[in-house]
Amino acid sequence: MEKILDIENLNVEFKSDRGIVKAVNNVSFQLNKGETIGLVGETGAGKTTTALSIMNLVPGPHGKIKSGEIKFEGEDLLKKNEKEMRKIRGGKISMIFQDPMTSLNPVVTVGDQIAEVIKLHSEKKSRSEIKTKAKQMLELVGIPSSRYDDYPHQFSGGMKQRVVIAIALACNPELLIADEPTTALDVTIQAQVLELMAKLKKELKTSMILITHDLGVVAGECDHVAIMYAGEIVEYGNLKDIYKETKHPYTIGLFRSIPNIDKKDDRLVPIPGLMPDPANLPEGCYFAPRCSMKMPECEKNHPQPVEITPGHYCRCLKVQKEAEKNE
Amino acid sequence: MSEILKVEHLKKYFKTPAGLLHAVDDVSFSIKKGKTLGVVGESGCGKSTLGRTILHLLDSTDGKIWFEGQDITHVSKPQLKELRRNMQIIFQDPFSSLNPRMCVSEIIQEPLEIYKVYNDKQQMLRRVAQLMRTVGLAPNLAGAYPHELDGGRRQRIGVARALATNPKFIVCDEPVSALDVSIQAQILNLMQDLQMELGLTYMFITHNLSVVKHISDDILVMYLGKVVEYSSGDELFRHQYHPYTKALLAAIAVPDIDRKNERILLKGEISSPVNPKPGCRFAPRCEFCTDICRKKSPAMEEIIPGHFVACHNVAKINSME
Amino acid sequence: MDEKNMQINQEIEDISMYKKQSQFIQAWHRIRKNKVAILGMLILIVLILGAVFADQLAPYGYDDQDVMRRFTFPCREFPFGTDNLGRCIYSRILYGARVSLLIGFVATGMGAVGGTILGALAGYYGNKADNAIMRFCDIIQAIPSLLLAIAVAAALGSGLFNMMLAISIAAIPRYARTVRASILTVKDQEFIEAAHAIGASDARIIMKHIFPNCLAPIIVQVTLGVAGSIINAASLSFIGLGVQAPMAEWGSMLSAGRQYIRDYWFVVMIPGLAIMTTILSLNLFGDGLRDALDPKLK
Repeated sequence: MEKILDIENLNVEFKSDRGIVKAVNNVSFQLNKGETIGLVGETGAGKTTTALSIMNLVPGPHGKIKSGEIKFEGEDLLKKNEKEMRKIRGGKISMIFQDPMTSLNPVVTVGDQIAEVIKLHSEKKSRSEIKTKAKQMLELVGIPSSRYDDYPHQFSGGMKQRVVIAIALACNPELLIADEPTTALDVTIQAQVLELMAKLKKELKTSMILITHDLGVVAGECDHVAIMYAGEIVEYGNLKDIYKETKHPYTIGLFRSIPNIDKKDDRLVPIPGLMPDPANLPEGCYFAPRCSMKMPECEKNHPQPVEITPGHYCRCLKVQKEAEKNE
Repeated sequence: MSEILKVEHLKKYFKTPAGLLHAVDDVSFSIKKGKTLGVVGESGCGKSTLGRTILHLLDSTDGKIWFEGQDITHVSKPQLKELRRNMQIIFQDPFSSLNPRMCVSEIIQEPLEIYKVYNDKQQMLRRVAQLMRTVGLAPNLAGAYPHELDGGRRQRIGVARALATNPKFIVCDEPVSALDVSIQAQILNLMQDLQMELGLTYMFITHNLSVVKHISDDILVMYLGKVVEYSSGDELFRHQYHPYTKALLAAIAVPDIDRKNERILLKGEISSPVNPKPGCRFAPRCEFCTDICRKKSPAMEEIIPGHFVACHNVAKINSME
Repeated sequence: MDEKNMQINQEIEDISMYKKQSQFIQAWHRIRKNKVAILGMLILIVLILGAVFADQLAPYGYDDQDVMRRFTFPCREFPFGTDNLGRCIYSRILYGARVSLLIGFVATGMGAVGGTILGALAGYYGNKADNAIMRFCDIIQAIPSLLLAIAVAAALGSGLFNMMLAISIAAIPRYARTVRASILTVKDQEFIEAAHAIGASDARIIMKHIFPNCLAPIIVQVTLGVAGSIINAASLSFIGLGVQAPMAEWGSMLSAGRQYIRDYWFVVMIPGLAIMTTILSLNLFGDGLRDALDPKLK
């Protein structure tokens, strides 16, 4: 399998009044061409910051990528200058943001917004060629091309998100980063949009990073899953590893917090407490204060990712201990 | 068990420059004391408007509302104030529903001040302390301001405020939608515990079907201001009769990799609630739509005992089991 | 049972002991950090003290003439020199401060109170009241404020009070709009709906929920408005519609001193500097106050 993205030891920090906010801590993962990885976590886990780092769009000057490598098609993106990155953004790597209501420019027609990205990444095409391609994209996402000259406010939330997808895929990027693309949408519209994305992904052979907090969406769309907590990846594996052989206490806790649609649970089992303050991360394991399986050493030693079974990694001292016992 | 709330043919229309917006259009249901009615639907279905109209935060356009056997459709100001002691609301957004200039204890004690529940300040503080403890807020947060706290804690303040006057009925308008999954679970557990402990009746409004299944006894499914299906929670998830409900349930993204989701994709978009055309509101998107659907609005019929559906073709669609 | 009581009592103590800081105390702490705003405030205090204690601080009366010593350059006896009638400019600045600052604060105060009431009615009740009040404000604002002040002063006659009245009328629309805008923003917030839901009366909602959220913009407008009023007063005096001689007022001093700017700069420059300093310090303090009261900057 060809690797399209290889992130190694990414660290991102923000300067704030309260001190240094460690938003992303030693994040490493890879993505094979044509596959989708789900980046799962709650608010503040660092998923969006990771995605922005790939595009080198971390808001500065207070935000800074401290260290790490982001290899895309073999080249380290962090070593590229702004001009080179601009060529990549929208062209080779595209991003879809969470809120379709605010992602579109309200005073430019949807057709022109799609055309803009095409224009920026093809020096040779003529205006009519660009317009034709933009209309094609509209049809591709299920919007009649006659609506080329309509403005964003004339569309519903679901349709706006389709326009955003059209913009993102207009230049046939290798990698699509979708940041909570359906969170703001109604359930039936979410279904439509996810179906659309799956179809397009297959046709255009796009690799995707899907950022979400919804384990249901991940189950339907992703090949691999990385669970993030306090800026780290605490568990990584394929769908079977994560859904059937869940190992990390946080991941287990997440599953237990969700009401089960098939069984009748009398009571949910929430994870007590809150995510730690990223400006004030605890010693040892970041999840220890909330962990029901915590051992004394968890508060002192910081767990490293350990391969439990081939391809299934977990950052937990207890899981590590049990895996070693089984060997 | 008696019905604590009964609503009959309730309508709420808004006058807009574009025309008359039918937000809630002929809704009828009842809730038994101590139970939870889940109201589900997507944006624009009118569920939030329904909750607010019942509480007189909006004036109803037509229809009747009974609370504890009394007709409360039209009440005077002092009557309304008394009513509000017993009918409360928890809002969706834990930030904007709290006055940013008031600290936690001030927010929670305000209902007590308004109803002059206590003459003695000490007793009032005692009650505030008790409420904070009940909802799981540490007493040292009494002087904190909403913006200093996270979403989960803010929502607990909202719950404490709603409980202050010992209400009997609480409208919960998407109370956990704005919260992270693990915090959602905490708040849902809290609400269930309170219901058992205090005998509360809930009207739980949400778009999240997994949550509504977990917490509701009965479920009302709404679409564009109308009720399309109404039955007990368990029954609804076992058998759905209305095509919209079927699509809604099929659209849920379940966190289970073995489940093969047969998605029923609805075509098109939700139509406008302004000056709606005659006939079934769901007709434009329904694959089973026939002529009569476009002409006449379907009435609610009891398909099997306790299970109501509003659809002309319900028998045909379900090849009646 | 006793243990439980102890626990409850402890909780009550925790709650009542928790000194909630009012938003003003919090704002004060934040202003303290803003050195420029503090500087502005200190200068204002100095000016106000100068005005209040003019009798004690001024070596001469404001109309103490002596043509023999006219146009004395600043020296030890006359720190700011003397004007064309031999009056001590320093003393006249001190006495003039009374008038200028009085006009500034009183005119602004009247305008603010009038504007707030109109804006509150327009914002809370909306519809016809809103329409009527806003159209009234439109009319006033359509006329350049100075011209309006002139018209009023000309109609009612010159003099201190009339000048203040004129300036305050011109200022009303600004406050009305600010207050109305604040109220409209706050009115639609969910916590107002929440207040209705817990049974609060309209009065309570306005006083306890809406108003505190509107005060900040009013206060800031006031500090900035005082500066504007002083300029207007100076302008009116400049053209002769303000206070009458021999009363000291910075604007009239500026006006009278114009012709001597080439030979005796201090006669016109000193009052000009006084006006400038006041306005600058008011603006600095007003900016600082605005930032300190902004909840989003917390």
